[in-house]
Order: sequence, then C-alpha cells, then structure tokens
Amino acid sequence: MNTASTFLELTPATDTVRVEFDGQPLDLPLGANLAAALLLAGVQTLRQTPVSGAPRGAFCMMGACFDCLVDIDGVTRQACMQQVREGLVIRRVAIKGHADAG
Amino acid sequence: MQVDLIVIGAGPAGMVAARQAAEAGLSVALLDEQQRAGGQIYRDVQAVPEARAAILGPDYTHGAQLARDLAHDNITHIAGATVWIIEDGSEVGYLKDGAAHVVKGRRILIATGALERPMPVPGWTLPGVMAAGAGQILLKQSGVVSKQAVLVGSGPLLYLIAAQMVRAGHPPLAMVETQTTQDFVRAARHFPSALRGWRYLTKGLTMIRALKKAGVRRYTGATQITIEGRETAEAVSFVASGKRHSLPCQTVFLHHGVVPNTQAARSLDIPHHWNAAQQCFVPERDTWGRSSIENVFLAGDGTGIAGAKSAALAGHLAALQIATDLKRLTPEQRDTRAAPLHRALAQDMAARPFLDAAYPPYAGAMAPADSTIICRCEEVTAGDIRATAKLGCLGPNQTKAFGRAGMGPCQGRYCGLTVTHLLAEANGLTPDQTGAYRIRAPIKPVTLGELSKLNNGPPASEAH
Repeated sequence: MNTASTFLELTPATDTVRVEFDGQPLDLPLGANLAAALLLAGVQTLRQTPVSGAPRGAFCMMGACFDCLVDIDGVTRQACMQQVREGLVIRRVAIKGHADAG
Repeated sequence: MQVDLIVIGAGPAGMVAARQAAEAGLSVALLDEQQRAGGQIYRDVQAVPEARAAILGPDYTHGAQLARDLAHDNITHIAGATVWIIEDGSEVGYLKDGAAHVVKGRRILIATGALERPMPVPGWTLPGVMAAGAGQILLKQSGVVSKQAVLVGSGPLLYLIAAQMVRAGHPPLAMVETQTTQDFVRAARHFPSALRGWRYLTKGLTMIRALKKAGVRRYTGATQITIEGRETAEAVSFVASGKRHSLPCQTVFLHHGVVPNTQAARSLDIPHHWNAAQQCFVPERDTWGRSSIENVFLAGDGTGIAGAKSAALAGHLAALQIATDLKRLTPEQRDTRAAPLHRALAQDMAARPFLDAAYPPYAGAMAPADSTIICRCEEVTAGDIRATAKLGCLGPNQTKAFGRAGMGPCQGRYCGLTVTHLLAEANGLTPDQTGAYRIRAPIKPVTLGELSKLNNGPPASEAH
C-alpha cells in the first residue's frame, strides 16, 4: 500500500498530521484534500466495488463520481470532498457481495 | 434563512450572478460544495501560492477577482454545502458539517457547471485512471502532479493540462489524441467565423508549440484505446497510423470534452434537448437563463459548454433579469446593461463551433465494445445495455430497472449520456426520442443522521 507514489507535491507540506488508513499510520498534510493526500502517500486503491470486488481509486476529484468512497469514523464519505484532520480513522469500504453498499 | 436569490454553484456564472444581484440590492445565498469559491475552473484560486499560479496561467488567476467580489454585505457564501434537494422552485435543502439545512429564496439560479464527458474505454475503472479535469484539480488545489502520466482523448483542455504539466517541470509521458485530420477538415468550414474568437485559437497553437518544445510525444487519430493493468493502470495501448503502441505509465488522464451537469435542473423536470454539435443534453431556457419554471434560472456550462468567460456573462445576464423580476431594475435599465454583455457573449462563443467540430468525442468511447463497463457504480457493460435494447427497452429509465445502470451513488452522472447513446443507436432513435435518466432528489446522498439535525438556517458562524 505504501509504495513510492507516482505523484509528487510541487511544494512539500511542512505541517503534517497522523491519520490511520486501513490500520496503517500515515502522515498527511494538514487541511489537504484527503484523496490527493492519499495519492501522494502512494495509496491509489481506495476500495473494492461491491459488485465484483474490482479495485477503485479517485477518478473525478470533484464529488461527482463516488469512486473514492472511504469509511471515515463509520460513515461512508467521498475522500475527494474531505480535508485531512489529525487522527482521522479511514477504512476501505464495501465488501464483495454486499449488493447495496454505497 | 430567507433570501431574494439562492445561487447554487460558486464557479464563474454563480460568482458573477451573486455579485451583480447583490449590487442591485438583492440578498443572496451562494451555496457551494467546495470549501472555497471558484468552481472547478478556478478551484482554490484565492488560496493558490504564487509559483503555482504562474504554472496555471492568467486564465486561471483571473478568477481570483471574481472570488474577492463575493465580499459584499448582501452575499452569504455558504461553503462546504452540498445541495441535495430543490423544492417548489423556492426552497433548497443542503448538507453542511453533518447537518441538513434549508434556505428559501424568491429566485433560484442553478450554476452547477460541467462534468467530464464519460469516456468508457476498456480499463477506465482501474485506479490510476482519472479524468483530466481531476488532474487539473490536483494541480490547482493541492499542487500535486503525476510523474508518469499519459493524456488520452481530445480537446483544448487536454492541451491546457499538458502545457501546465510542462510548466510544472513534469511533462506528460505522451499525448494519445483521438481527433483525426478528417475532423479538422470538417471543422474548417467554421474557421472564418471562429476568427472572431481568435484568442482561443492562438492560445491553442501556443500550447501545442510548448508541448513540441518540451519534447512531448503526440499521437493523433488514435483508435482501439485500452488501458492495461491488473490492480492499477500499467499501460495505455492503442493504434495510431496503422501501428499498435503500448505506452507504460502509472497515471492516465482521460478527456474528450466536458458536458453540462444537468442533475439539479433535471430533478426539477426542466425540459432538456439534445445539442448535436456538442453531443449532450442542454436544459431549455430563454436568453436570460430563465427555465420553464418561472422562479428558476440557469447559467454557465450547465446550459451548454461555452467556457468560463461566457459563463460569467450568462451569470450576469441572469442576475439582471432576476433583479428586474424583483423590481430592482426597470426593463430599460436591464436592456441597457445587457446589450454589451450579449455582444461579448457572441464574440466569446465565436470559436466554439470550430472547436466542437475539430475535437469531437472519441468514437470508440461513444460506441464501446460489448465488454466495456459503462456504469462504473454498478459495473454494467455496453453489451448489457445493448441486450436490454433487444428486450425492448427504449429509454434509460427502463434499462435502469432491467440492469441497474445508473442506480449507483453517482446517479448516472458518468453513464447517462453513454446509455442514451447506446440505446439510440440500437433502437434507431434520436437521443431526444430516447431521453435520459429521470433524476429525483436526493441528488446527493443524505444520511438519516444529517436529516435528523435539520435546522432552518445556516450555522451562525457562516453569516458574514
């Protein structure tokens, strides 16, 4: 999951906070767009689809496609519409076979 | 909360409309999903550091003034507000900070902008494949750029993002462009009138020269585009000039135009018609942007793709009519102010027919192979849609019931046009005869928890 990212930040953030993604600690820029911050941290796959279990990541970055759904503190949210806060607990959502997930 | 005008969307159309209405003396609530005004075209324009502004260019930084203009006593800008329902043309329900709120207005302006035209090609659902607009948003909002990107598709936005990546010091690995020489020949008849919009044409040429100078490989007339990879994107393969190519990459930015985001207008049953030149549905409205519902107006790219400048002009025109409706302007004052706006609009639109014809949608994504996923949410393929046509489905609402396409959380935003296109083709009908998904509130998901915290005004901290 924490492979070297294909994305880079033009001006590296100085102010980072600790969050948890699927049990792993990550240091992300405070206040950053969560989907962008996860891409930077090398997290490209955010979830698996409920229909076939296919991997998905951020696609539109504007709150329209719902592909970047993650579980934040027990609620399904669009990562691209969230900001990085200290102590966020983020989990991958939707398990195969749950037809109405999302 | 009760205001004269509710504006939905803080892009160029919404920002200008809010300011102009405020200046005419109307109270305005401006609702927008993002934390900062600007829409997608000017995303985060007020927060962008100087070095990044230089990369993005003056067409982007121009938006900062529009955002600053929102500082007006009559404007309440409610940021981070997701509109989920519009009722009776006079009430808007939105979600903010985990609670539902309602605002009432005498007029509503829908300025919800554009979406990327869905570009279903094999592999487009893999992580690492993104809309080109998403690549731009990453750059604008976060200063984040891909080191390993191939840009695929056609249109001015594809050149713009490539040129911005060059300026950022990380040019794309290659451009895989779908437009053909024949498209250009067909577009040529629009060229004389496009000269009135020469600024767009010279900008395009400048961007293409910059790509050449940076040594970005360009392939044109690409067909049979497939994104390869198991868990994430690993390569783009395609045929160009009779040869198959496979370009290894980790990021793919797709783009073949943008289309109006019609969800809000459709949720109000405002009639839409097919625009053949732009290959999309556009809502019915008059020259001021007034829809079939007297109190509801529309402006900007949500009414047809014309770009940020035209959107701002359309927002201004709508504000003039709304101020006239509410007796703040006389019809004569309105007309005097509108005349130069109409002229500017005609000039700004002059290059559009040429651009639409020169960079048409990628044919392979308009009629994809049977195995290609169309509905990303429910993983419905083109073959599934064609099969429902064989079973007698004439319109998208039937295919939805038969096969779930359009039933997922994106509510058809990224499959609707493709489904209409596939059904129209299979049944030998026009897109207008085929129709589109019926959109019903909630137009964005709302939780019971949020509804239970329904409150009839914005949080006190929001008013300014």
